[in-house]
Amino acid sequence: MAGQLKEVRNRIKSVQSTQQITKAMKMVSAAKLRRAQDAIIQMRPYARKLQEMLSNIVSNSEGEVGMSLAAERPIENVLFIVITSDRGLAGAFNANVIKLANATIAEKYAAQHKKGNVAIWNIGKKGYEFFLKNNYKADATYKDIFLHLTFENVQKAAQAAMKAFEEKQFDVVEIVYSQFKNAATQKFEVERFLPIPKVAKKAGAVKADFIYDPSKEELVKELMPKILNTQLYKAVLDSNASEHGARMTAMDKASENANEMLRSLKISYNRARQAAITTELTEIVSGAAALQG
Amino acid sequence: MNLEILTPEKKLYSGEVYGVQMPGISGSFEVLEKHAPLVSALKAGRIKVLKDKQNHLAFFDIQSGFVEVINNKVTVLVEGAIPVETA
Repeated sequence: MAGQLKEVRNRIKSVQSTQQITKAMKMVSAAKLRRAQDAIIQMRPYARKLQEMLSNIVSNSEGEVGMSLAAERPIENVLFIVITSDRGLAGAFNANVIKLANATIAEKYAAQHKKGNVAIWNIGKKGYEFFLKNNYKADATYKDIFLHLTFENVQKAAQAAMKAFEEKQFDVVEIVYSQFKNAATQKFEVERFLPIPKVAKKAGAVKADFIYDPSKEELVKELMPKILNTQLYKAVLDSNASEHGARMTAMDKASENANEMLRSLKISYNRARQAAITTELTEIVSGAAALQG
Repeated sequence: MNLEILTPEKKLYSGEVYGVQMPGISGSFEVLEKHAPLVSALKAGRIKVLKDKQNHLAFFDIQSGFVEVINNKVTVLVEGAIPVETA
C-alpha cells in the first residue's frame, strides 16, 4: 500500500514539473508570436505600395510588358522552397508543411521527381532533416534563415532562386509554407514563385502623366525582383508567426492535458491514502479486540 | 508635401517635409512642393530630407529603391536603408 502511494506521489510531481515547462513554453511562444505579427504588419505598407507601383506602371503603359522572369517553359526541373521551423513541439505544424510538399510533388511533378529533377531548398531545420532522410535533393544553403530573420538574408535566397530560374536550372519554382491566419489556425499553401503570372491591368489605377526614369520597361524589370523578394519575405514571416501560433496552441493543450492528468492522479492518490488508513485502523482495532478477548 | 520612406522591415520616415534629395538611377535629383507625377528607380546613395527651410535635415543611406511622386505625396521604397546620424 505504502509503495503504491509513493509511486503516485512521484507521478504527480513529474506531471507537475512537465506542466511547468509547457506553461513556460506557451508564454514564450505568445511573446514571440506578438513580435512575429508585428513584423508582418510592418512589412505590409511596403508590399502594398510596391504592388501598387507596378500595377500603376503596367496600367499606364500600352501593350504587354514582357520579361525573362515570366517565361513559361516546358517543365523539366522543379525547385521547391519549403519553409518549416527550426524547432519541434509545435503540434503538427512541420508535419503538415512536409506533407503538403510531398503531396504536391507526387501530384504535379511525379515524372520530374522520378528523374531526380525536383530540388528542395529548405528554410528551417526540421524540413531539411526530413527531406535529407527521405532521399530528396535537399539543399541546406538557406536552412538557418530563422537564426537571423532579416530581410537581407531572405532576399539572398530569393535572388538565388531568380538567378537559377533565369539560367534555366529550374523551370518552375514553388514555395510551400504556412500562411498565418490567427494564433490558432494556419493555412498550409503552395504558392507559385516563378515564373511570375502576368500583371493584370487595373481599371482603378491612378491615371497620370508620370515622368518615368528610366523607361517603363526598365522600371518593371527593376520592380519585379523586389516584389519577388517581398513575396518570399512575407512567406517566411508568415511561417514564423504560424510556428509560434502553433506552438502556443500545442503547449496550451499540453498544459490542459496535464491538469486533467493531475486531477485523476490526485483522486487515485487520495483513494490509496484512505485505503491505507482504513487498513491500519482495522488492524489496530482487531489487534485490540484480540488482546481483550 | 508629405513624405513616406518605407522598408520591408519598418516605416522609416513619415511626415510633412519641404523637400527631399534622392540618388536617381541617372543622377541625383530633388523633389519639392507640387512636383509633377514621377516614378523613378534609385541607386545606392544617400537620401537627404529637408524637413523645413531652416536646414533641418535627416539622412538615410540606401542600397536601392524606388520613388513615386503623385498629388504632392512622395513615397520612397528602399531596401537596406540605414538612418545616418548627423553631427
